[in-house]
Amino acid sequence: MADAFIELDHVEKVFDVRRRTGFLKRERRRVRAVDALSFTVARGEMVGYIGPNGAGKSTTIKMLTGILTPSGGRLRVAGIDPSRERTRLAHHMGVVFGQRTTLWWDLPLIDSYRLMHRMYRIPDARYRENLDRLVALLDLGDLLDVPVRQLSLGQRMRGDIAAALLHDPQVLYLDEPTIGLDVVSKTRVRRFLRELNAERGTTVLLTTHDLQDIEQLCSRVMVIDHGRLMYDGPLAGLHEAGESERTLVVDLEREWPPIDAPAPARVVRVEGPRQWLAFPASRSAAPLVAWIAERYPLADLSVREPDIEAVIARMYAERAGRAVP
Amino acid sequence: MREVFGARGPSRVAEGLRAYRLIAGMWIRSTLAYRASFVLTVCGNLLLTGLDFVAILLMFSQVDALGGWTLPEVAFLYGLSVTAFGTAQLAFGSVASLGGRVRDGSFDTLLVRPAPVLAQVAADRFALRRLGRGVQGAAVLGWALVAVDVDWTVAKALLIPVTLVSGAVIFGSLFVAGGAFQFLAQDAAEVQNAFTYGGTTLLQYPPTVFGRDLVRGVTFVLPLAFVNWVPAAYVLGRPYPLGLPAGAAFAAPLVAAVCGALAGTVWRAGLRSYRSTGS
Repeated sequence: MADAFIELDHVEKVFDVRRRTGFLKRERRRVRAVDALSFTVARGEMVGYIGPNGAGKSTTIKMLTGILTPSGGRLRVAGIDPSRERTRLAHHMGVVFGQRTTLWWDLPLIDSYRLMHRMYRIPDARYRENLDRLVALLDLGDLLDVPVRQLSLGQRMRGDIAAALLHDPQVLYLDEPTIGLDVVSKTRVRRFLRELNAERGTTVLLTTHDLQDIEQLCSRVMVIDHGRLMYDGPLAGLHEAGESERTLVVDLEREWPPIDAPAPARVVRVEGPRQWLAFPASRSAAPLVAWIAERYPLADLSVREPDIEAVIARMYAERAGRAVP
Repeated sequence: MREVFGARGPSRVAEGLRAYRLIAGMWIRSTLAYRASFVLTVCGNLLLTGLDFVAILLMFSQVDALGGWTLPEVAFLYGLSVTAFGTAQLAFGSVASLGGRVRDGSFDTLLVRPAPVLAQVAADRFALRRLGRGVQGAAVLGWALVAVDVDWTVAKALLIPVTLVSGAVIFGSLFVAGGAFQFLAQDAAEVQNAFTYGGTTLLQYPPTVFGRDLVRGVTFVLPLAFVNWVPAAYVLGRPYPLGLPAGAAFAAPLVAAVCGALAGTVWRAGLRSYRSTGS
């Protein structure tokens, strides 16, 4: 890729985990948190990075931001080796940790911003312009004089996102940005991120447990498990990879025996005049609808998209099944 | 290596000082927003830390000398130790809370900012109220300088500020090295306190009241003796502890420089270990 902004080439991270097994006895165990991970992200991409707990998501983010040094492989962000030139890279990136704040806890929000202004050496005019824009977009106007510890989770998250963007970073890492937020806050944060990516071309990499984040934000998704990349591609392709199914919900005019649909479609549930038919997510619903409409008294219908969570769970299960024959 | 000791070394120090100034400045402004409360806490700190000297005064109400040292002489020791310690604690005391930041994960947030981590940790929650200890120590030192019976020479006069700076560096190194140790053992703050707070209390008394082995340890292993015992012996015309050579008093800056370098090495090793293990 010509404009690869983030490049990982067989990156690995091995931890020595020590566990207390007795009063003085300790057991040492090597854990491969990230295992020969290779991918590239182009400038301006918005990528979702998902996987179960302990899959290696946070470890990857920590290596990308220079917090952790990889045990092996090659890692570059904007041409910089994060672990060697941590402070230089810091000027080009913004980081939001959903579970902890990068703001100064006991001080008013505006104090954190003022400090970032100086620490990142942001020119005065640009700082003022960015602050005004972020305050307006993230609705922070009333919160600037409030100590960070008094902010609600959603307010704090918006405050953190603004802090991460004051210095116009080229890349924004978000580790669980919507965790614990209510629906309104989630919607607001997502809309903001979409606009940021579209208007400023900021590269965004986000880890999440909330698949709606991915559905609404990311054209590309990477799935990691046991430190390895299991899937990398468009969201739609994830359904195929997981062999997921869509559901056609059919309301007939009256109760009817299960529809004798052509394979691979099949009825999975019947409840009075309503019937549920499952069919592969990779196929169009149109032929099936036409086929039913021709033969049955159709009153209404709707198509339900598969639950990605189920798709991923199936992917894991399949992989586990292969690993243990 | 040239990069480290050439352009990058000094620029990193400058970057660290700049970040320190910015962060500490923010905390000072925030503290001064409540002036009355600030004045009260400084006074409280001054009185509380001053109790150590009250204890010494009480002892001298019963005896004329402690280990052969008179009250002004002990006050001189006290002043040097407490002023140096107060300065070091003001500048580096916050490093002691590093273990907590490692434990709760907030240490990671320091590593994503474009500033040296040590400066960020040291300046975090910069507590101007700690000024109380240094001010109180300096007041006692001032009185002692007037009260001691000394034939002042240029060398002796110069030795006072040199000793204070060296002492602050030696204690500062202890704070930093102790903080670095918390990368490995996050609950080690108490161990560190034993050396820092324990050290400054120990130095408030003349070396002659302690056992020879302890004095040896405090001179050669953890060179706290150079904070005050050795330079004070020179100024007061007393024999050096352990019969150190004549120039020993002037070795304090050298000892401080070695301590600083060692602390820097220990800190970098601790940080490297953190960044390779993540806990």
